[in-house]
Amino acid sequence: MDNIENLSARFQERIDAGEKIEPKDWMPEKYRKTHIRQISQHAHSEIVGMLPEGNWITRAPSLKRKLGLLAKVQDEAGHGLYLYSAAETLGISRDEMTQQLLTGKAKYSSIFNYPTLTWADIGAIGWLVDGAAIINQVMLTRTSFGPYARAMVRICKEESFHQRQGYEIMLTLCNGTPEQKEMAQDALNRTWWPSLMMFGPRDEDSPNTKQSMAWKIKRKTNDELRQQFVDITVPQAEFLGLKMPDPEIKWNEERGHYDFGAIDWDEFWQVVKGNGPCNKERIAARQKAWDDGQWVRDAALAYSEKRSNCGERSEGIKVQRSKGKIA
Amino acid sequence: MNEQLTKYLMMLGDNAMILGHRLSELCGHGPSLETDIALTNISLDLYGQVRSYFQYAAELGGEEVSEDTIAFLRKERTYLNVVLVEQPNEDFGHVIVRQFLYDMFQSFMTPALMNSADERIAAIAAKSIKETRYHLRFSTSWMKRLGAGTEESKARIQAAVNHLLPFADEFFVMTAIEKEMYEEGIGPDLQTFKEDFYSKVKEVLIEAELSMPESAPRVVKGKTGIHSEHMGYILNELQYMQRTYPQMEW
Repeated sequence: MDNIENLSARFQERIDAGEKIEPKDWMPEKYRKTHIRQISQHAHSEIVGMLPEGNWITRAPSLKRKLGLLAKVQDEAGHGLYLYSAAETLGISRDEMTQQLLTGKAKYSSIFNYPTLTWADIGAIGWLVDGAAIINQVMLTRTSFGPYARAMVRICKEESFHQRQGYEIMLTLCNGTPEQKEMAQDALNRTWWPSLMMFGPRDEDSPNTKQSMAWKIKRKTNDELRQQFVDITVPQAEFLGLKMPDPEIKWNEERGHYDFGAIDWDEFWQVVKGNGPCNKERIAARQKAWDDGQWVRDAALAYSEKRSNCGERSEGIKVQRSKGKIA
Repeated sequence: MNEQLTKYLMMLGDNAMILGHRLSELCGHGPSLETDIALTNISLDLYGQVRSYFQYAAELGGEEVSEDTIAFLRKERTYLNVVLVEQPNEDFGHVIVRQFLYDMFQSFMTPALMNSADERIAAIAAKSIKETRYHLRFSTSWMKRLGAGTEESKARIQAAVNHLLPFADEFFVMTAIEKEMYEEGIGPDLQTFKEDFYSKVKEVLIEAELSMPESAPRVVKGKTGIHSEHMGYILNELQYMQRTYPQMEW
């Protein structure tokens, strides 16, 4: 008899055997919910992440950099699209997810609640924020839920390009004038700690980690990923000739890792709770885009309905389940 | 001759750059993810064209001139784009109408430039023709969608047409530079496609259930460097880094 316990046991066996779970497969309700939460949070991070970088598109210092940044921010919109689609396979619509973002029910990566104050921040975001994201995402290419894992494979390829682009911006600044190098150092100083916070709370403060590991949603803990990031990044900063903004960073021969100083977790939780420097502005910008776009989405839907009533196929636009959604 | 050709290249590039700039302001703020991506795509295409034109102009200009000095370090009066492309992103309707008018003009201009006596210009035009066609298809489809969508969208797009169409006449004014380029076989006689432009625009407006405004053309002279009040603010952002940190590599 297929009672829940049997189904759960069978589900865990499949996970343990390394099988991918597909949308139509049976899954525990908590597995579904956890994925909706995690994938939509990831999608929202891509979309909100467009804002701090978008802040420098009109002011990019050269045509080449402007094109690079435009293309990068556009890639993030594309990542948002794949991820929303992956989450939709679990039975939630993009509009619902957007509402969860706007009402604060759903979170996004706190790093995007920090402001981009100079051009060097665009370099630092590419290098550090995309760098940290890649470490997470490479792990997620092997996650147990098929659509999420496949979206990650595609996203990782583009992210690593973004990261190289960011590092190259930093390298150009560091090889430039003293003023440029100072700009790069300042961006590192401001971005470093929030980047470390991207991996989430310490393992002992992360209640979801154990279940996520058992379901192979995560394959490494927050602290393991954070250490991996520090180990990769410190030599990269040395190569740039920049000073790490943490006097406690030191190679530990015994551990085979860099030691690093304590993260300000009060700041982390404050920003998560909505009190960061730009939380309100980020959500206000998304709300404005949503509100300003309402009449456009309504028009597209009305037009497509009229066309299909006339027996014509609407060209180049697909209107999905819920009102106002254009694909 | 080189001096006039350089100005002509700036005129071609400035149109694409200022429109690309306006579109790039929308990146991350579009009415849906799909339109956000599409508008950014158009901006990217336009900036690609800008680089082709300005790199060519830089080659004609000698050692201190680069695509970036041309893009970022001129005074406002030497930018030669039409005033239409400076018009702000009032709403998505204005964005679409501005794009539609530009794309429609380019659908005549780009094929004409493919026949330019200047091989380099002909090659740049040949490279951008597919983009031009795609942009026109995109903006035309949105003209129809908004015109025949809801009452609100119809009112908004009609208002945008009424506001922006009078700027389109500037496309067809032959400045001294354009006259000389025409005589050299480098650029077209713009008057030859004026009538077709308006009849095609009208065709789309009719299909979009919109009306052609009666208003007279605006007296604007962007192509001689006399811009709208918007232009100074555009350049303020566009030139910010190059002006604040002169002569650095980025």
